[in-house]
Amino acid sequence: MEFNPDNIIYWQWDFVKINATLIYSWAVILLLCISSWLITRNLTSGPGLSRWQNLLESIVSIIQDQIREASQQEPQKYLSFIGTLFLFIVFSNIITIIPGTSAPTASLSTTAALAACVFVAVPVFGIVTRGVKGYLMQYVKPTPFMLPFNIIGELSRTMALAIRLFGNIMSGTLVVAILLSLAPLFFPVIMQVLGLLIGFIQAYVFAILALVYIASATRVHGENNNQDTTGSFKQSI
Amino acid sequence: MDSISIIGMVSIIVSGFTIAIGSMGPAFGEARALAQALSAIAQQPDESGTLTRTLFVGLAMVESTAIYCFVVALILIFANPFWDFVIKQVGG
Repeated sequence: MEFNPDNIIYWQWDFVKINATLIYSWAVILLLCISSWLITRNLTSGPGLSRWQNLLESIVSIIQDQIREASQQEPQKYLSFIGTLFLFIVFSNIITIIPGTSAPTASLSTTAALAACVFVAVPVFGIVTRGVKGYLMQYVKPTPFMLPFNIIGELSRTMALAIRLFGNIMSGTLVVAILLSLAPLFFPVIMQVLGLLIGFIQAYVFAILALVYIASATRVHGENNNQDTTGSFKQSI
Repeated sequence: MDSISIIGMVSIIVSGFTIAIGSMGPAFGEARALAQALSAIAQQPDESGTLTRTLFVGLAMVESTAIYCFVVALILIFANPFWDFVIKQVGG
């Protein structure tokens, strides 16, 4: 049984391999890039909006609203990074409903790469907003004694991001594969519908968690004095 | 009993226990979180958007411990390093 798309190899020359993960990651990237290029080619602001422009505008404004609510900051700074992560993971997760394809996020290499992007983005956003000293000071924030725990927490939450996405998507694929050998007629369809839901929620969770990590690195203490409902949630993570 | 069958037997039994015990704790935790969120939504229906979002993120984080157990069980069954080692020892 093949549940790792890294092992489905289409073409190989010595140690250079083209496997299913690469193929479908690039398919998702090209799909996103070409469709958004086609849609944004002729934008209008008049009354005659095209259907696709409406779709794209509503997606962008939904992502902006979610970022504004979850981070209590202006969304423009985070929109490109978080929105790209969300859209890429959503399309990677739900590409499996096309027969014959396999989700690139069912491979640990893809999710580890995405988590590494978040791992790098947290200090980048933090240093840009608060400066090197202000960012590094938060590692010794309660006491300098907490320094190793903060570093370990940073590493372990990156690993948790990668393994959470990988485990969820891979288990969905595996459950469908096992059910196909037990009850091939109708029941795998139900599990695939569940897989669509799981894929969407996991993409949302990945993007929100990345946003929460970045926002907690960029937040200056004492800035948000207004009563925010997500503030206590952010501190508990 | 030779070492191959011992390793196979222990891997299967332990992976069953891994998924059984490892899914119990997150199930209790998720049930508690869901019950609390439901009563909170019943008390404050206006805040249901924030509550639902926080609930989903929290459930996914709670669930990740069960996912770790699942990954460990899969490694024990499909990609067991000790199994491969013994096969290589016997074969080579």
